[in-house]
Amino acid sequence: MIYIPETLKSAFSALALNKLRTFLTMLGVIIGVFSVVALVAVVQGFQNYITDQFDALGSNLVLVTPKIQEGQDPSRSFMDNKLSVKNVDTIKLYVGDKILVVTPSIRIAKTAEYKSNTYSATVVGGNHQSYEIYGLEIDTGSYYTKTDDAKKANVAFISSDVKEELFGDRNPVGEKIKIENTDFEVLGVAKPKGGNFDDRIFMPDSTVEAVFNTEVISSLAVKAKDGQDLEELMREIKLALLRDMRADDFSVVTQKDILSSIDQILGVLSSALAAVAGISLLVGGIGIMNIMLVSVTERTQEIGLRKALGATSKDIGRQFLAESIVISLGGGIVGLLLGYLATLAVQSFINATIPWWAVAVAMGFSIFVGIVFGTYPALSASKKDPIEALRFE
Amino acid sequence: MTPVLQAQNVSKIYDMGTTKIEALLGVDIEIYKGEFVAIVGKSGSGKSTLMHILGLLDTPTEGEIILNGVNTKGMTEKQLAQVRNNEIGFVFQSFNLLQRTTVLDNVILPLKYSKVPSTEWVKKAKEMIAIVGLQDRLKNKSNELSGGQKQRVAIARAMVNDPSIILADEPTGNLDSKTGDEIISNFQKLNSQGKTIILVTHDDDLAKIAQRKIVLKDGSIVK
Repeated sequence: MIYIPETLKSAFSALALNKLRTFLTMLGVIIGVFSVVALVAVVQGFQNYITDQFDALGSNLVLVTPKIQEGQDPSRSFMDNKLSVKNVDTIKLYVGDKILVVTPSIRIAKTAEYKSNTYSATVVGGNHQSYEIYGLEIDTGSYYTKTDDAKKANVAFISSDVKEELFGDRNPVGEKIKIENTDFEVLGVAKPKGGNFDDRIFMPDSTVEAVFNTEVISSLAVKAKDGQDLEELMREIKLALLRDMRADDFSVVTQKDILSSIDQILGVLSSALAAVAGISLLVGGIGIMNIMLVSVTERTQEIGLRKALGATSKDIGRQFLAESIVISLGGGIVGLLLGYLATLAVQSFINATIPWWAVAVAMGFSIFVGIVFGTYPALSASKKDPIEALRFE
Repeated sequence: MTPVLQAQNVSKIYDMGTTKIEALLGVDIEIYKGEFVAIVGKSGSGKSTLMHILGLLDTPTEGEIILNGVNTKGMTEKQLAQVRNNEIGFVFQSFNLLQRTTVLDNVILPLKYSKVPSTEWVKKAKEMIAIVGLQDRLKNKSNELSGGQKQRVAIARAMVNDPSIILADEPTGNLDSKTGDEIISNFQKLNSQGKTIILVTHDDDLAKIAQRKIVLKDGSIVK
C-alpha cells in the first residue's frame, strides 16, 4: 500500500508534467469558486450596508410607506401614491403624545453646483425635525427651522461628502449652491455618518415640493418616544391614517419588517447565485472528469507498469483520485484567492466581507467536486488489466 | 533442493465465445536459485503468456505456480501484488520507464509499493543505479537517455527490491547489437552474483548465453 503523503506527491508530480492542461482543467472550478466567494462577499457587503443604514436611524422608528400589492408593478404604487403632508398632521393629532417626531420624506436625485464644482446628491425633503429621525449631528452652522418650513425657504443642510466635493476646505455656511437653476443657501453641514447618508442635501419638504414641483412623498417617518410599544403604536397610526386613506393605500412598518423583507430578497438572490455557482462547479467537474479520463488512457502503460511493480488496484485508483482532488482543491484555493482580491477591490464602494462559512463551503465543494468527478476515472484506471495495459501503445 | 519457481501442469485457455484458444497446455517448469534460463519460442508459441503467468500478472486456467515453495493459487490481488513487488523484477522490451521522470524516481518506484521505509528509498535506489553504472545520470529524465541507458535503468528498477527472480522479456529487442551485448553482460553479471534470471526471447542466439533453454511451441514445451 502506498501512503497518503506519497500519493499526494505523485499526484503533484504527474500534474506538474502538464502544467497548462492542469491549469485549464482547474479553470472551471476557479471560476465557480471565485463566483461563489465574490458574490457572497458583495451580497454580505450589501447586507452590512443596509443594516448600518438602519442602525444609524435608531431603533424606535416606524415608517409609513405606499402599499405594494402582491403582483403589482412597484412603479404603479409610486404613481398611485396617496401619502401626503396632511398625513403628518393626522398622526400628530391622534398619536402626538406617543411620538417624538414625525416627518414626511421626499427623495429625489439632483445635481448640485457651486461655482465650477458639481456633485450628484440625493435631495431629501423633510420638516425641521427630520434631523432627529436621521440622527444627524451638526458639524457647523445649523439645521433649518419651523419658519423655513413655513416659508418654503430656499435653504439647505448638506452632508459631509457634499461639502467636501463642492466646497473643499472652505466654510460653506452662508454660501449658495445651485440645483436646477435655483439657489439654496447653505445653513449648515452634518458630521460624517457613513454610507449614503453623506451624499445628501436636506431641505424643507415644502421647499422641495414648491421648487421641484413634486408631491410624491416616499415615506412618513415617525420616531416613537422611548419605552413605547411599537406594535401598539403601529396599530394606532394605522387607525389614524384610515381617516385619510384606504387600507390598501399604505403600509405601516418598522425597520425590523423592512430588514426582514430585504433579508428575504437577499436570500432569494443568494439562492440564485448558489445555483449559478453550482452549475459552474458542475461544468468544472465535468471538465476534470474529461481530462482525467484522457489521462487514464494516456497513462495506460504506466498503470500496467505500476501494477507489475507491485501496485494494487486500490493504489492506482487512489493515485488518480488524488490527482482529481488536487486539481479541484487547487482550483478552489486559486478561486478563493481571486475572490478575496475582488473583495478587496470593491471595498472602496461597499463593505464586502467574505464570511468564514463561504470559505468552508467553497473548499468543501472543491473537494466534493474532485471526489465525485474523479471517482469514475479512478475506477476506470484501477480496473485496467496489467497485461493489456503493458501492451498498450 | 526446492525450486525457486515452479509451474505445475499450467494451461491457459482463452474463451473467445464460439472458439477456444489454447495458449499454454500442461506446462511443467522448475527453475532453481541462481539459474539463468531462457524461454525460447517463435511468435505465437505462448512464451509471453507463460512469462505473464510466471510473473503473476496473469493466472492460469489450470495448474499452479509455486514461488519459493508457496503456492500462489487462490492468492488475493493484494497478495499477488505484494509477491510481485518483493519476489519478481521485470525488465521489458520497451523499457517502460515513467516518461519525463528522473532516473532516481524511476528506480524508486517499486520501493513505493514495498514495506521499505521511505527514508531508505534514495539510498537503495542510488546503490542499484551505481551497479548499472548510471550514478552520474541520477537527475536525468528518462527521455534524455539512450536506449541502452534506459534498459540499464529498467534493470536497476527490477533489482531494487532484491527480488528472487529477474524476468526479462526480450530485453535487447529494441537495442542495437552492441548495446544489446552490454545489457546481456549486465544480466550475466547479476547471475554470477547468484540472481535467478529468466530470459524470454525469440532469438536463439541470445538464448545460447543461458545455462538452460526451454523451447515452447504451440503452447507446449518441446525441449
